[in-house]
Amino acid sequence: MDARKSGKPAASRRQFLLDAARMTCGVGLLGVGVGLYATQAKALPPLALRPPGAIKEREFLGACVRCGLCVRDCPYNILSLAKPEEPVATGTPYFVARQVPCEMCEDIPCVKACPTGALDHALTDITKSKMGLAVLVDEENCLNFLGLRCEICYRICPLIDKAITLEQQLNARTGKHALFIPVVHSDACTGCGKCEAGCPLEVAAIKVYPIELAKGEPGKHYRLGWVEQQKAGHSLVAPDAQHQYNLPEGMRYESGKGLIPGGEAPPPGAPPAPPRALQGGQL
Amino acid sequence: MNAQRASRVIGAEAVAVKGWLRAHKWLLARRVSQLSILALFLLGPLAGIWIVKGNLSFSYTLDILPLTDPYLFLQVLLTRHLPETRAVIGAVIVLTFYLLIGGRVFCGWVCPVNMVTDAAAWLRQRFGIKGGAHVSRATRYWILALTLALALGTGTLAWELVNPVSMLHRSLIFGLGAAWVVILVIFLFDIFVMNDGWCGHLCPMGAFYGLLGKVSLVRVVAAKRADCNDCMDCFAVCPEPQVIRPALKSVGGAGPVIRAAGCTNCGRCIDICAKDVFTFGTRFNKQAEKVSAPAQKMAAACE
Repeated sequence: MDARKSGKPAASRRQFLLDAARMTCGVGLLGVGVGLYATQAKALPPLALRPPGAIKEREFLGACVRCGLCVRDCPYNILSLAKPEEPVATGTPYFVARQVPCEMCEDIPCVKACPTGALDHALTDITKSKMGLAVLVDEENCLNFLGLRCEICYRICPLIDKAITLEQQLNARTGKHALFIPVVHSDACTGCGKCEAGCPLEVAAIKVYPIELAKGEPGKHYRLGWVEQQKAGHSLVAPDAQHQYNLPEGMRYESGKGLIPGGEAPPPGAPPAPPRALQGGQL
Repeated sequence: MNAQRASRVIGAEAVAVKGWLRAHKWLLARRVSQLSILALFLLGPLAGIWIVKGNLSFSYTLDILPLTDPYLFLQVLLTRHLPETRAVIGAVIVLTFYLLIGGRVFCGWVCPVNMVTDAAAWLRQRFGIKGGAHVSRATRYWILALTLALALGTGTLAWELVNPVSMLHRSLIFGLGAAWVVILVIFLFDIFVMNDGWCGHLCPMGAFYGLLGKVSLVRVVAAKRADCNDCMDCFAVCPEPQVIRPALKSVGGAGPVIRAAGCTNCGRCIDICAKDVFTFGTRFNKQAEKVSAPAQKMAAACE
């Protein structure tokens, strides 16, 4: 086999190169296949929710060893490990809110069971978990939007009046009734999925989505004027200058009424000087 | 070849000399080991007796003993995630265990795929299926490197998406799903496409444990290699026959200890040998060296 001993270095080298090429191609082909599959498997379908405390999906797929201890320690048997044919990365734990929602155990046994920290052990208060975010996706079919008082999502919510509140609005259809609109608050919602499971419609009008899907985000530079004003304790722009109107001769203006002919009296506090536009003879 | 085959059945001599039980004792021990480990894992989900939770990737025994697959643990580290202490302890325990008892002991004594590929190999021999694709046994080391590179490159446990070993074990415990298709493919592949194809040529998990075996303590030793009568039964029955020759025939003055990474410490060679040439020993087996000294002298004289 050795090139020097065989006396045919060229043929032996040729065979070696061929073998090496065959190996590289075969293994490379496998690598491309598995690599592309792994890239695709990074996308978690929106209806599959990770257990409480799951770190970011991308990192989760590197941290979770698919041992299933979270599945075993869940007292309500909510979690399951993805089978190879399911559209979730093989062997990773998930639950579907519409089928069985998370019961939000106070001692969070699933997180405690995780040996790798794919479920973050820093999560000790289940109400701080972010499995997803409930979104009232279908306002056309939600019974409360139709003026009925279903309110199941609101009543069933473990963080009632924090994660979901009912906001009163006028029922424009009847003109004399109220609509009680369920509003989800992202700071409190844990994504447990009780609302989605409880929705009495054939297909739930309220659904839990991964936070990245459910939530918008303003530009980093964006500030809300009134919030900034409150923070500063005073107005952040110079006080408004007194408004002046350039009114036609013999007219006066009153808010809500418009121009009033023959009005003599200028609005109280208005400077006696002639309109600025007329100064310097320019119009 | 055929004449030889007709005249003697592999292992018949061992059975005649030692009796059926002694000629199969390590095989039986392995099956007991494989099945009882699987049974321990299944006891929880099937009977509600929770001695072991989890699967071969990570398990927790009696709420006290963590065991982590060091190959998977290495991949997790390559995705730049540092696991919790429990997984680290588990990996150290398993690593130490296989460094003591032989790296590929995992393959021969624990892995559930071994029973599938052993069945395939048995059928292949039974029906005299020969030939098939020829691929270097070193391919598994390249696949091992590839799986580690994929963990590093994609930041995910990419190999775990397709790894038939963890897939079979996990699916037996947590619900079968389509994993049986993957296992069937491996079974048929081993029968028709490649002899000892999966375990002997491709599996990166076996390659990883094999590398541990290169320095592990317990090894098969050809202690009485002087008694070898060249019946070739050990070569016929060994799933990694290339590991036997250096130790048995003292190639290049090699000692009687089988040091090659491929050896799974399955003990088939011990069972099948009518002359009891092989035995389990340690890699520092000095006693074996003494026993085999005459053989070395003979070999030297012949040359």
